[in-house]
Amino acid sequence: MSISVKNLSKHYDKQKAVDAISFEAKPGRILGFLGPNGAGKSTTMRMLTGYLEPTSGTAEVFGKSIVSQAIEAKKHIGYLPENTPLYADMYVKEFLSFVGQTYKTDNLAVRIDEVIKMVGLTPEQHKKIGMLSKGYRQRVGLAQAIIHDPEVLILDEPTSGLDPNQLVDIRQLIKSLGAAKTVVISTHIMQEVEAICDDIIIICKGKIVANNSLEGLKKAHQQQSLEDIFRKLTA
Amino acid sequence: MYAVFKRELFSFLSSMVAYITIAIFLLVSGLLLWFFPDTSILDYGYAELDGFFSLVPYLFMFLIPAVTMRSFAEERREGTFELLITRPIQIWQITVAKYLASLVLVLFALIPTLIYYYSVSKLGFPEGNIDSGSVIGSYIGLFLLGAAFTSIGIFSSALTKNQVIAFVICAALCAFSFLGFDYTSQIASFQPIESAIANLGINQHYTAISRGVLDTRDLIYFITFSVLFLLITKLIIGGKR
Repeated sequence: MSISVKNLSKHYDKQKAVDAISFEAKPGRILGFLGPNGAGKSTTMRMLTGYLEPTSGTAEVFGKSIVSQAIEAKKHIGYLPENTPLYADMYVKEFLSFVGQTYKTDNLAVRIDEVIKMVGLTPEQHKKIGMLSKGYRQRVGLAQAIIHDPEVLILDEPTSGLDPNQLVDIRQLIKSLGAAKTVVISTHIMQEVEAICDDIIIICKGKIVANNSLEGLKKAHQQQSLEDIFRKLTA
Repeated sequence: MYAVFKRELFSFLSSMVAYITIAIFLLVSGLLLWFFPDTSILDYGYAELDGFFSLVPYLFMFLIPAVTMRSFAEERREGTFELLITRPIQIWQITVAKYLASLVLVLFALIPTLIYYYSVSKLGFPEGNIDSGSVIGSYIGLFLLGAAFTSIGIFSSALTKNQVIAFVICAALCAFSFLGFDYTSQIASFQPIESAIANLGINQHYTAISRGVLDTRDLIYFITFSVLFLLITKLIIGGKR
């Protein structure tokens, strides 16, 4: 298992943002993390990537605990945070080279060119990040997540704010990355889930309400549309 | 750690922040040293830099907060802090990298003032008649003072998302740590421990080094001071998760 989460909780005072959730994610499959706003999706992802410290429970990425072996675990993770924060004052290549250096990536210059091609940044590669449109910023966000060729990719709403053409490109990219890696993405868009996800976890008020494969989930709910299943489980 | 340091330094140098603060620092120190009659060396009549070295700490109280205020506050506000902290880097490495980048900038502000030393030594009679030992000591003192103020700045920036608040807190803490202990020690009821309190302040140690006597105790004081603030910074950054 490349991600294994057991009874993971995050409490803010008395509010339970994430309440003892457990799940696993396998290589070669894309796990869709669904839930209403404020359900705890981002909080869970932030705990997995080491940004937040769990209140209790354990999580392992690639066999490394995210608390006691945080540095080791982080080396295996590529992470795109929600809203794609980037250093607006840096140039695209400069930024990717900074990120690559923090992972001590080998052959960085070659790898940067490779990644720029993969995410389709070639026409904008000499610009400052602050000058880029939303779609290209998103691509820079994805590029920095995969620069060190991580085994695990955690993408928090990677397609929010993209136009339909960009949406197709980015989904295609995520799907191709998912062939060899463990990918966890969070999203609100049901068509997206149907298009790219293999497994689905629906989370509501900090608790997991469904954890199944896409086909399994549909079978369990008599072939209802995913939207109806989502509304039934989280309403 | 080197990657973060490099990024910080480049971001200073590619924005106007560095140039404007350094330019204003040099302008003000130049005006005070050469032009304004009250503090001018030309009116003073002695070829020495003591006036300059007693002025710079006050300029640093504004220059250094301006340099350091953005270091953590901006990252927090922009969300890039999340990007930084999810890299395989220890929090203390991030803290030290940001500290060193700001300190290098302070050093950049100090280096051009060496020209004052050269000019004043030319003005001496006979030419070159200047107490070099005391000047070297004063520069070391100034650098250590800058290092201490920078650690306060990094600490203040970690406290808040708001750069203005970070600036104000840093300026106030710098002023207090420089002068506050001296003033506090003057309070009548503290008379028995007057020198102990004054010794906690930066001013005592700065003045001691400025005389050209580099005492290990002063050195240890400055190192402890910076390490202490950086340690608290690390704890704040780590604890806010």
